[in-house]
Amino acid sequence: MSESSPTNILVVGVGGQGVMTAAEILAEAALAEGFDVKKTEVAGMAQRGGMVTSHIRFGERVLSPSIAPGTADIMVGFEVAEALRWCHYLRPEGVAMVNTLQLAPPVVSVGLFDYPEDPVGAMVKAGIKLHTVDAGEIARGLGDLRLVNTVMLGAIADHLPFPADHLRERILERFRERKPALVPVNEQAFEAGRKAA
Amino acid sequence: MSGNEAVARAAWEAGVRVAAAYPGTPSTEILEALAGYPDLYAEWSVNEKVSLEIAIGASMMGSRTICAMKHVGLNVASDALMTLTLTGAAGGLVIAIADDVGMSSSQNEQDSRHWGRFAHVPILEPADAQESHAMTKLAFELSEQFETPVLVRLTSRICHVKGVVTTGERIAHEPAGFTKDPQRWVMVPAHARNRIPLMFEREEKLRAAAETSELNLLDDGGDRTLGFVTSGPAYLHVREAFPDAPILKLGFSCPLPLERIKAFAGSVETLVVVEESEPLMELELRAAGLPLVGKDLLPRQGELTPEVLERALAPLTGAKLAPAVKEPPTLVSGVFPRPPTLCVACPHLGVYFSLSRIKKLVITGDIGCYTLGAGHPWNALDSTVCMGASLPMALGADKGRGEIDADKRMVAVIGDSTFMHMGMQGLLDIAYNRGNVTVLLLDNRTVGMTGGQENPGSGRDLYGNEAPRVDFAKLAEAIGVPSDRVHVVDPYELPTLFKLLREETRKDGPSIIITNQPCVLTDNYEPRVALKVEPELCTGCSNCLDVGCPAISVTRSETVVKPSGKEKELKFVTIETAACTGCNLCQKTCAPDAIVPAAERLR
Repeated sequence: MSESSPTNILVVGVGGQGVMTAAEILAEAALAEGFDVKKTEVAGMAQRGGMVTSHIRFGERVLSPSIAPGTADIMVGFEVAEALRWCHYLRPEGVAMVNTLQLAPPVVSVGLFDYPEDPVGAMVKAGIKLHTVDAGEIARGLGDLRLVNTVMLGAIADHLPFPADHLRERILERFRERKPALVPVNEQAFEAGRKAA
Repeated sequence: MSGNEAVARAAWEAGVRVAAAYPGTPSTEILEALAGYPDLYAEWSVNEKVSLEIAIGASMMGSRTICAMKHVGLNVASDALMTLTLTGAAGGLVIAIADDVGMSSSQNEQDSRHWGRFAHVPILEPADAQESHAMTKLAFELSEQFETPVLVRLTSRICHVKGVVTTGERIAHEPAGFTKDPQRWVMVPAHARNRIPLMFEREEKLRAAAETSELNLLDDGGDRTLGFVTSGPAYLHVREAFPDAPILKLGFSCPLPLERIKAFAGSVETLVVVEESEPLMELELRAAGLPLVGKDLLPRQGELTPEVLERALAPLTGAKLAPAVKEPPTLVSGVFPRPPTLCVACPHLGVYFSLSRIKKLVITGDIGCYTLGAGHPWNALDSTVCMGASLPMALGADKGRGEIDADKRMVAVIGDSTFMHMGMQGLLDIAYNRGNVTVLLLDNRTVGMTGGQENPGSGRDLYGNEAPRVDFAKLAEAIGVPSDRVHVVDPYELPTLFKLLREETRKDGPSIIITNQPCVLTDNYEPRVALKVEPELCTGCSNCLDVGCPAISVTRSETVVKPSGKEKELKFVTIETAACTGCNLCQKTCAPDAIVPAAERLR
């Protein structure tokens, strides 16, 4: 991989978890660093409980918007089985940051399919460089489950090719514009995610 | 900004006065974005044909105008397009046509570039958001210069990809004004005959323009073993997969600049034509006698991403294949599917619960969220073809049935927006021809599948302003459904809905049942007190699971032997109270009253 290759970040999860928002924030942060950025989603009918994957690529110049299997530098998994599903997108030295939350869809819940017994173990066995974080627990501790998104962004903040503070600033800026009251708790969530990772 | 936002921005900058569309993935956001710009009129039209006809009218007045649609939308609008090509455009007329390459949310994958050849109109093909902006602006110039409608062909990978876009300012474009010219605008045979040679003349002029257009550019490379001709986002994929190859990138791809391509072909060892989806340029080039590689190696469907290209062209590149593309490890294939499903408390849940429990129905479906009724656990849809097809198909099934299906009852399921798009005519036909069809009109007061747009049934327009609201019951009556066979029901009232459905499907003649509760994703929906399961009361009957609400899940299963000796699988459930909005549908299926209001509403 040459020096000018773009950084590839794959964000995966389930419709409604905030995958696209997280990707949007990462893309904005990369843009603020002066990179060329492309972001693309495969959401389909995501709002209806389907899987969501978002690709963010940034660098000097980005051509194709999609990340090829085996080339992602970072994968952010908002749900552990989804992380398992997409982990082959990581390059050999790529890093997976995975929320340990398990969300079983109806077809699993009624027994048509099985939820993987040990998704984390399976990924470790496949040689994935894996960090897990119980983002739900951290968010609950801070009093709002919606903070999962910020926790996860905090968790990968130190794995990015730009300073973690810049990402935090981008997130807080968003809240300053939209919901100023939520700025302090999101700052806590971000730092908690960073520490947990 | 996204490709869709870039198209909207460019249209505004180009001085567009009128913009119209019917929502459709992946094109929806173009009109949503245009509604945010001043000094123009934008509307949700009831279907794509109407939106194009609005654009034609605006163009006739000399105004610049744009309409946007997804690929299948132009099938509906094609009647207008095929004659518009004869009248031509006065004010610049651009059609932004978005192909769902890869089929993230469509019933088929078709290549809209066919329309350029079919209607003899030019096509511009941007590769990303920045190019969408530039080419949309240029499309208006071309349209006026050559008096032709111009297609700007987008794909999902342009519409929904966000990239960096440099924008400009709006340049007002005063309409030239209406000129009475029946020879041009009244397409009776005597007039149209004279327009056909003009259309072909225009096509040749456009071809000459394409030959020298700056949109068709050589992106050179040092390794001349393979030379690529490509267009649209495929260009980015080719460049990424083959960094050193010369590429002739066609932004103005129809009419095809043949001489330009011939010259390029002579400069490379092997010519490779890369097109998403159909081999249109390839066929023209083969007909011109150019030796080339195309769909003989490349896939005819789906996106031609770098790894797809590398794999498909491996026979040509041999050892030069880029770093081995990773195969998904076997552990991945073991992950369960996660199909999209209806939302928690969706008003369609009760409808499909009921339909799944009535025997001997043939249920024709339509395009919208309710297509999901074909899936688990309802399995209560037997067909989906295109917008509005549910009603005529049910009538055709009624008239076409043999003795073997004499006991079947026909049900058509359609949503409010799809009904107004292309379903009303079907209902008229059923009433007129006295079909034995029960129509279920699921009125959730929004275009749900595309994210909740307004429509004539929502009582609001694109800008959110109040607008007249259709009265579906009155409409059905006016169309000819007998008044005692027109019903409006609350789909959360499960016993009433179920009884009505069973009664109506047993009777002959046309009838319509209109459900009247809003989409849960819109502001019209009011959540109520959430529910929970009392575990000690749950008997594991699994009735509530048949509702199909994603908030209900199984906690444990148990196989018991009934007194009759039969085995029965019991499934004990729980409700995720944080997700539940208290629609109470599941409660109505629970015999032991194990489902009760949760003490407090959780976040």
